[in-house]
Amino acid sequence: MSSIPAGWEAVIGLEVHCQLLTKTKIFSGASTTYGAEPNTQADAVTLGLPGVLPVLNREAVTMAVKFGLSVDAKIAETCVFARKHYFYPDLPKGYQISQYELPIVEQGHLDIEVDGVAKRIGITRAHLEEDAGKSLHDAFPGFTGIDLNRAGTPLIEIVSEPDIRNSAEAVAYLKKLHQLVVALGVCDGNMQEGSFRCDANVSVRKPGAPFGTRTETKNINSFRYVQQAIDYEIERQIEVIEAGGKINQETRLFNPDTGETRAMRSKENANDYRYFPDPDLLPVVVTAADQERIRASMPELPAAKKARFESQYGLSAYDANLLTSESALADYYETVVKVSGAEAKTCANWVTGDLLAALNKSGKAIEDSPISATQLAGLVARIADKTISGKIAKDVFEAMLAGEGDADAIIKAKGLVQITDEGAIAAAIDAIIAGNPQQVADYRGGKDKLFGFFVGQAMKATQGKANPEALNRILKEKLAG
Amino acid sequence: MHTLSLNELAAGLKARKFSSRELTQHYLTRIAERDGALNSYVTVTPEIALAQADAADARLARGEAGALTGIPLAQKDIFCTEGVRTACGSKMLDKFIAPYDATIVKKLHAEAGMPLLGKLNMDEFAMGSSNETSFYGPVKNPWDLGRVPGGSSGGSVACVAAGLAPVATATDTGGSIRQPAAFTNLTGIKPTYGRVSRYGMIAFASSLDQAGVVARSAEDAALVLQAMSGFDPLDSTSLERPVDDLVAGLGASIKGLKIGLPKEYFADGMSAAVRAGVESAIAQLKTLGVEFREISLPNAPLSVPTYYVVAPAEASSNLARFDGVRYGHRSVEARNLEELYKKSRGEGFGAEVQRRIMIGTYVLSHGYYDAYYLQAQKVRKLIYEDFKRAYTEVDLILAPSTTDVAFPFGDKSDDPVAMYLNDIYTIAANLAGIPAMSLPCGFSEGLPVGFQLMGNYFDEGRLLNVAHQFQLATDFHRATPKGF
Amino acid sequence: MSLTPEQVQQVAHLARLELNAEMVPTYAQQISNILAMVDQLSAADTQGVSPMAHPLGLTQRLRPDVVTEPNRREAYQAHAPAVEDGLFLVPKVIE
Repeated sequence: MSSIPAGWEAVIGLEVHCQLLTKTKIFSGASTTYGAEPNTQADAVTLGLPGVLPVLNREAVTMAVKFGLSVDAKIAETCVFARKHYFYPDLPKGYQISQYELPIVEQGHLDIEVDGVAKRIGITRAHLEEDAGKSLHDAFPGFTGIDLNRAGTPLIEIVSEPDIRNSAEAVAYLKKLHQLVVALGVCDGNMQEGSFRCDANVSVRKPGAPFGTRTETKNINSFRYVQQAIDYEIERQIEVIEAGGKINQETRLFNPDTGETRAMRSKENANDYRYFPDPDLLPVVVTAADQERIRASMPELPAAKKARFESQYGLSAYDANLLTSESALADYYETVVKVSGAEAKTCANWVTGDLLAALNKSGKAIEDSPISATQLAGLVARIADKTISGKIAKDVFEAMLAGEGDADAIIKAKGLVQITDEGAIAAAIDAIIAGNPQQVADYRGGKDKLFGFFVGQAMKATQGKANPEALNRILKEKLAG
Repeated sequence: MHTLSLNELAAGLKARKFSSRELTQHYLTRIAERDGALNSYVTVTPEIALAQADAADARLARGEAGALTGIPLAQKDIFCTEGVRTACGSKMLDKFIAPYDATIVKKLHAEAGMPLLGKLNMDEFAMGSSNETSFYGPVKNPWDLGRVPGGSSGGSVACVAAGLAPVATATDTGGSIRQPAAFTNLTGIKPTYGRVSRYGMIAFASSLDQAGVVARSAEDAALVLQAMSGFDPLDSTSLERPVDDLVAGLGASIKGLKIGLPKEYFADGMSAAVRAGVESAIAQLKTLGVEFREISLPNAPLSVPTYYVVAPAEASSNLARFDGVRYGHRSVEARNLEELYKKSRGEGFGAEVQRRIMIGTYVLSHGYYDAYYLQAQKVRKLIYEDFKRAYTEVDLILAPSTTDVAFPFGDKSDDPVAMYLNDIYTIAANLAGIPAMSLPCGFSEGLPVGFQLMGNYFDEGRLLNVAHQFQLATDFHRATPKGF
Repeated sequence: MSLTPEQVQQVAHLARLELNAEMVPTYAQQISNILAMVDQLSAADTQGVSPMAHPLGLTQRLRPDVVTEPNRREAYQAHAPAVEDGLFLVPKVIE
């Protein structure tokens, strides 16, 4: 991440398009499943056939309200759909149904943290709108192919205040937003498939000066690209101004191969969208009772969950943050605690330590973990009830990872049950003391460090299965003479 | 057969005096023989009509017939009909075979069992008051072939007036049912906005468009409007309120009914012929016990300017979908995307449509929106409030339908403003969304004169009953044009 | 308010209409006349009046989130101007 040169300040606002996880389109009953054959999900309404009319999907409204409530925003009692006009082949009607003067969500905020410093980013508005289709420019020589399957998929466009000052804050905001919409269950968050995409408005100025002219870089579809695009744009704009040039207000495209942005050719810079209220749709009313009903149906949000993890489980802020970063991970952890009945902190160590390390290594998501939460709970429970030692548990964990079954089965098959019979441990220790008179004499003569040698010998003799606590105690007694 | 009322036709079918096939064939023959002079049909659908007639005959034989089963009907070519070209009077859609049925098409053909005779000529995208803007050429008025039938539902009225269909659908955005009905001695009704589904009706101005019927009597109109009306989940602006029994309501007495005469509508502007017709209608209704009083709709004179902002604005948006990409006319000259749009739309739309798209684009564009579009929406509210107030004083409102009788071809076609002012009496009802109808009240030198009744919201039942009582006492509506 | 032929061309561009060049002055005159008629609206006192977008004061009905539309690509593309492999084709777009 490049730093901004002294004497300059960047002003950044982000517009995030978030596809809602509805089964059908915002204004028709066509499926929204990703990856279908081209135009097989383009029904009469999606195609904008003559005479068709839109009818609003209830679930899209519910999801937008959920989002609004989750960022402490105002939910408009009455919101209105408007038509935004421009001609483009992946926009079937010549207008996009969006919201303009009266969006469904206004004035919210999201709290982020960068390098331990907290900051509140304002959310100006979030409005419902329909997605466009896809233009495939390389499918046929001389032609662009149009697939309208995606057209009409419900989106919320989340517009931030220009409160962001650098690419690190931008990425922190986006990650937080991403985590939130996924946790809410309103978006699958798949950036590669375009479910969550970002436009970055960037300008630069001398601190305290009025806002500079901004550029809008469109459709950036990864956190890293957002960082690269913003850094590039800040550097480019400063160079232009310092060379005596002027920034054009324009739409730009990010090229992931070069990490650079360039002005788009096809979009006119002086668009006149001719917004007006869509006469085919009536004002949408969300009553206070609707809001409360929707609020009651919302899952626990990441911030609340983090606080609860700290107080309920006594976790550190770091562990609580990590465990609540994804709701699937938080659910996993809570299952381990509940099923194992073990100490919450021990469970947290296993989940954030061994499990996440193993998943990281194999590149798997928590949802695809080869060890289920119940399985891990089974392992932690055997440590808690002293069936196995923590050290043996590591071997069992590896075996579970390799798909050898539940902890109990592995412990049984490999004969890993801890020896807690103190008589047996004492017998093993007696044999070691008898077999090593010199070391015993040295130890008794003051070479305390030799204690480790006896522990090692005793563990070897019991194949590591001796209960470490009992072994330590008996060994100390016996060596003391 | 083609002079019988719908009830008489239904009785004949039920009594097996004639079959639906015979009745339908009778109309198909008349169309083949006589429509050359009128140009009211753009597409005739004999195979569909006869197949549907056979299905209707089977229903009649099983005793499962409804009030309209077996009676043929023609559709204005603005309603999508699956498998049948739906051109909306435009070159843009000359080759458009609709892949789905409009809701009213389903209701009238599949449900009510009315055979589809064909699709009717109209002004291009319903923009016109004379039927001279159709890509398929003007429709002639059967009362005088040198005169216009009115518009935009010119084909609908010409074919019914000439007995080339027993009844026809039509649409009314600013008077497109009532003005042509008045020009051709028919009874035409535009119900309350939202009463009839707009799904599958090609949009001109969404907040004003409403489908209705043109018929030879109020009773015929009531029967068909009943079958067309009702809630449609596919139309967000469709009314969920149940429809009154329009036919059963036709017997009620109208004695003591209060009808308002808006002074703004009776000022200068209408011809002597129209004034005489309307005054005779008032006199006739008085004999039936109706009480008249003068009312004021002070903002009514602003209807035409309001309409010519709102309607073109919505039209410019609704017609943006015709871009030559997914359906419709596509220019063969286009070398790039911008040319594809501009040439396809330039070639596909006629002059009147282009003019209205440009007006609409202009009034919505940056810097003009507040002065034109927003101001028009506010004046629209004032017009609406005028009606609200009036209906606290009176049950119905009576007014002229048109300024004059049907005019000769070419009379106003070079002067859009003169053409637009032709709709001065009809537009307010669309802006307010109230039901309104036109019915015959006399002749002037052989040309029909109509008058208009406007009702309160959802009150089409009372509107039709007043018209029916008037028609029980008069014979104007029974007159038919010579030669047809 | 009157429109010059140049303004007519600008509006036509916004609406993506290629006008017959000979018609442009006529359109300019006609549209100017229409706008002059429409200008009566400016005289209306609309202070405090809320704009009316719909004839009925109703609110939007919401549809259940249930798939109702089957794949009808073949029927919908049967009369499309240019289609290949299920895609609608347009002249190449350069972004």
